[in-house]
Amino acid sequence: MTLRVNGKMYEVSLDPRTSLLDALRDHLQLTGTKKGCNQGACGACTVLANGNRINACLALALQYENVEITTVEGLVAGDALHPLQLAFLEHDGFQCGYCTPGQLCSAIGMADEARRGVPSAVSANAGAESFELTYDELRERMSGNLCRCGAYNGIVAAIESSIEELVP
Amino acid sequence: MIEFTYARAADVPSALELHGKAERAKYLGGGTNLVDLMRETIETPEALIDVTGLSTGIEELSNGALRIGAGAKNTAVAEHRAVRERFPVLAKAIVSAASGQIRNMATVGGNIMQRTRCLYFYDDAARCNKRLRGSGCDALLGFNRTGAVLGASEACVATHPSDMCVALTALDATIHLVGTRGERSVKFVDFHTLPGQTPDVETVLERGELIVAVDIPPLAFARRGQYRKVRDRASYAFALVSLAAMIDVDGDGTIVDARLALGGVAHKPWRAFAAEAALKSRRADEATFREAAAVELSAAEPGLTNGFKIELARRVIAATLAQLADPSGARA
Repeated sequence: MTLRVNGKMYEVSLDPRTSLLDALRDHLQLTGTKKGCNQGACGACTVLANGNRINACLALALQYENVEITTVEGLVAGDALHPLQLAFLEHDGFQCGYCTPGQLCSAIGMADEARRGVPSAVSANAGAESFELTYDELRERMSGNLCRCGAYNGIVAAIESSIEELVP
Repeated sequence: MIEFTYARAADVPSALELHGKAERAKYLGGGTNLVDLMRETIETPEALIDVTGLSTGIEELSNGALRIGAGAKNTAVAEHRAVRERFPVLAKAIVSAASGQIRNMATVGGNIMQRTRCLYFYDDAARCNKRLRGSGCDALLGFNRTGAVLGASEACVATHPSDMCVALTALDATIHLVGTRGERSVKFVDFHTLPGQTPDVETVLERGELIVAVDIPPLAFARRGQYRKVRDRASYAFALVSLAAMIDVDGDGTIVDARLALGGVAHKPWRAFAAEAALKSRRADEATFREAAAVELSAAEPGLTNGFKIELARRVIAATLAQLADPSGARA
């Protein structure tokens, strides 16, 4: 099958049981995406599939043939870090860093969802055109990404500070 | 995970045909529940038929109903303009569930077919009549905080985990099925079953039948609806008790009609017919709301560690109805 990751095509032969996460890490050696719980509870494995954030651990790789996958390795432009990565450095958005690749991809997908009008559980008016990422909205929408170091304040501050660059 | 074959169905007839070829075949949606259960070898299909490419659309029908394809992602439903304006209770229920990542993967059909999150169902060292009929139920005398208080049996106290299904039950949706013997439709409220002595049977689906769409009939007063979910943490957790509610109050403060369904309390999304009947033609005030809640929960039976759910459900019903009946609408 063909996997499209960060703008490159990869021909791989996979056992049908292989998750997208294991395909990325073990077959394409793209180890930026992390394996945490491997059951969809922690968000460490979050990648973008055609721009939508998903848990790569619950995804069978076969279902993602010809879907454009973006991992943390695909966020940089040459040697330049993505603005959100710079914001994570600026605001101490991590301690051990294990959840960071997932946090980054999740925040990028999350910002797009709010822009195009996906409501959240704390949205006062589900019918709004788009949703401003207030502190409460941001925390609710990022609840699928756990940080066991507890760097949440820094993570929220980093995302808040770079919202305008996430939502052009 | 045991070995399986994978095939992507090109259309509904070929999905049915592929399903018929294997002894233990399963239709595959986003995989967010099934892949996890396969990893735990609780589900052991030998063939997966990917149906995510079939019927993904959401369309308004000429009779005013909204048709949602079974392959539509949860996010696509919550995001859809007609859902958010005409049936906001559904959008609110969906975004109360799981995480953004999971909602981007999970399909409507898969959400309907998801299995219980009872800890004893997941623990293969425990006895579970859902995993093996007749083996016993360790949840009955175990930690059953998440367990059912309505419609349970000695054989099973598991609850249905979906939020989306609670809203669709309150909205009186219909599920469209296609099988080798043809097409049929089942009311949402009749689709999931109570456990009885066969908790391994969870729906009225026949072997090989495929969910293709869900229709929501028009309902004017659904434009204001509320989904209230109480859980152990503020986000990304299954419901202890949840409620989908809509109420139609006339200018004199009399209740014309009401739609209520509870989640987290039974083996299926629980349409609160008794409460609805107790609300009709009554004054929209706190006494009426409390009485309706009491009537609905009158048959509830607590387990060892989940008796709190009964009072919690009563309070959630009364508080949510009070919010909806607030004439300013500010809190709804």
